[in-house]
Parts: sequence; C-alpha cells; structure tokens
Amino acid sequence: MKKIYSDAKSALDGLLVDGMTIAAGGFGLCGIPENLIAAIRDSGVKNLTVASNNAGVDDFGLGLLLETKQVKKMISSYVGENDLFMQQFLAGELEIEFNPQGTLAERLRAGGAGIPGFYTATGVGTQIAEGKEHKEFDGKTYILERGLRTDLAIVKAWKGDEQGNLTYRKTSMNFNPECAAAGKITIAEVEEIVPLGTLDKSAIHTPGIYVQRIIEGEHEKRIEQRTIREA
Amino acid sequence: MPWDRNQLAERAAQELEDGFYVNLGIGIPTLVSNYIPEGYDITLQSENGMLGMGPFPLENEIDADLINAGKQTITELRRTSYFSSSNSFAMIRGGHINLSILGAMEVSQDGDLANWMIPGKLVKGMGGAMDLVAGVQRIVVIMEHTNKKGEPKLLKKCTLPLTGTGVVDRIITNLGVFDPTHNGLKVVELAPEVDLNEVKDKTEATILIE
Repeated sequence: MKKIYSDAKSALDGLLVDGMTIAAGGFGLCGIPENLIAAIRDSGVKNLTVASNNAGVDDFGLGLLLETKQVKKMISSYVGENDLFMQQFLAGELEIEFNPQGTLAERLRAGGAGIPGFYTATGVGTQIAEGKEHKEFDGKTYILERGLRTDLAIVKAWKGDEQGNLTYRKTSMNFNPECAAAGKITIAEVEEIVPLGTLDKSAIHTPGIYVQRIIEGEHEKRIEQRTIREA
Repeated sequence: MPWDRNQLAERAAQELEDGFYVNLGIGIPTLVSNYIPEGYDITLQSENGMLGMGPFPLENEIDADLINAGKQTITELRRTSYFSSSNSFAMIRGGHINLSILGAMEVSQDGDLANWMIPGKLVKGMGGAMDLVAGVQRIVVIMEHTNKKGEPKLLKKCTLPLTGTGVVDRIITNLGVFDPTHNGLKVVELAPEVDLNEVKDKTEATILIE
C-alpha cells in the first residue's frame, strides 16, 4: 500500500468529516504538524474536537483553527499562550476539557495500546476527579481515566520512510508517538522522506504500522520563547 | 530583609541533594538551576521529554527542536536523553523523580496546593503540575508570601481550585521556610531580619512555633 502523498491536502483527502476527533502532536509550537493544520483550516471542516497538549498561538499552529472557529472542543493541559482561546472560552464559544499533561499523554498511549482505562493518583482531590470512579490500591486513592482514541491523528516527525517509520528530533518528539498510535488513521508530516532502509532500525521511535499516510513538508518551526545566554 | 527572587532560588537550591533527578517549574523555580551547589551531580528533567537539561543557548546554538517545558530554547548536555510525553510522565508519576520545585498561587497549612486556575479570570490549565505533585517524591513550593494586594497566600484552606491535596512538603517564601503539618505551618527558618510577628501578620494559616 502506498503511504506517501504529495502534500497535506491530498493526504487529508477523504478523511475529514464535520464533528470528528483529531489528536495533534506537539508541545507548544515545537513538533507540531504545521502543514496538516494549515490544510485542515483550508478544508473548512467544522465542529472538531482536538486533543492536543496546547492550542497553538493566535496566528500559528492550532490557533489557526480557532481563528476560523472550526474547533468545538479542545482536550488540552495548557492553553495559556493563546489569547484568542481565552476569549472564545470565556465567551462560551469553545469547550475545553482540561487534562493533566501526564494524564493526556497516558490516555493517548493507552488508547493506542487497546487499554480502555487506567487508574492514576493525578488529580485526586481536585475538580479533575469529579464524577470519576475512585479506587483504593494499597491504601492510596486513584481515579479512573479513559484511554483515548481519535478518528484521525496528525503528527510531525524529523525523518520518515515509505513504510511510515518515523524518527523524531530532540524535544520535538513530545506527544507525537502517542498521537500516532491513538489515531484510527494517522498522517505524519516529516522534514525528509528518506530511502527505505536508511533509517537506523534500532532508533525508530514510531514503527510504520501506526502511520497510514506520510508527506514531506516545509516547516517554519516558530520559536515561542527565544532565550539565550551571553557568551 | 526578605529574600528577592534570586535569593529565593538560592535558598531553594539548598533542597537539592547530590545525585538528584529534579523537575523545576516555570518562573522563579527555573532560577534554581543557577545555584546548584558546587560538585553536585544534578540531572534536570523537563516534562516535555528530556533528561539532562543544559543552560540557555548562545545565539548561534538556538534550536527550535530543543525547548524546555516553559517553551524556552535550551541546550543539551552529554548526559541528555529524549523521550516521548507518556514516557516522561511515567518517570514522574512512577516516583522516579526525587524533587520538584514549583510556583503557587495558594498553599494551605496541611499542604494543599492551588496553582493552575482562577475561575472566570485565568484559564490556562494545569500543564504537568497535577502529575508532578501526585508522583514526585518531594514537592517544594517557592512563592511570594502575599499577593500583589498584600493578601495572604498561605491559608488555612485554599480558595482556588486545587492542584493536589496534602502534596506540599516545604514552602519557601520571601519571608522564610515553612513546612505544612496537620496542625499548621511549622517555621523552619526566617529570612534575615524578618521577625515572626511580620510573618503572622501576613499569613492566614496557623503558624506553629517550636
């Protein structure tokens, strides 16, 4: 089966439906699938539920989909970088389900691994725990969190091959492997599609079984907080 | 003299022990890395997927693929490893991290922490804070003793939505060092020239005196 597509638009062809759920990799603006997000914006698909650690900034990343009001609900751990998000949320135009960062990561991991739920101490005694099953193990209280699968996952990797094998670079890995596994269909965008057999087979982070479509894209890689030290 | 931001960070650095794996929160906690005691082997974890966080980069070292949990550009070290978010939180939730130093909006005398939300006003999210306080072996909070209006932030009970209950082991403020207990805050240390009456005036929580 051919996995390589020529661009983001063609890779999304036939997959987008109003009201669908999408998992998107990235932490802040680091390791986000820029090309696929832009193509989803251009498609006009609406009422999306997007699971992603953050919501981009006003004019970049997932912020693009907020600008056009294509997102109905975000499942995120931190959205403090996005003023538009705050405005839409406080105006009641956007739903947010806050998940603790580790809980979100584990929900995606579990979902992709066929685990429908897991117990964690994270959030016990907070509003996150409200309405969730509590259970004691060895004298300590845990809450039940659900595994999360999504209709589609969009991820960004450094290098990939025609089989969909992916490697990530430095901290741009973040949520991408979990999202790749959690999507019923996963599209990866990479900086370079390399010839089959040239990736180090012992250092592949996401094996190609998790990736149905792959594109090569140009990446702006915008930096949110440019901090330097003096020489 | 109450401690300033840097002195707070310097005092917090005394909480480090040789060989510790440490997660530092955003803001003043980040400054703690400037005061790691000479000769200590400390590995900093960044919850976006990195162990062995280095200093900020030189201008020519900036790498968009290399940031910390505050989204700041940073550098790697020889010891550095990278991993995914679920792996990162497995080491946090699994109790493998020795110490986390975090900021706070409010702390209660029995160690409840609120640092992620002001209903109707500030809706940013908890990020990794709930996982950190639930999983890391020891939680130290550094914060200003009062808010911008001069109102106490060390309370009998938190008023803001909680990040965790009974999770704070030690509080370091500009006025001193305090340990939550079931009966109130135990005074561990006061900043130079700060007296106990000032602390009592600026604290709603019960202050215990040895």
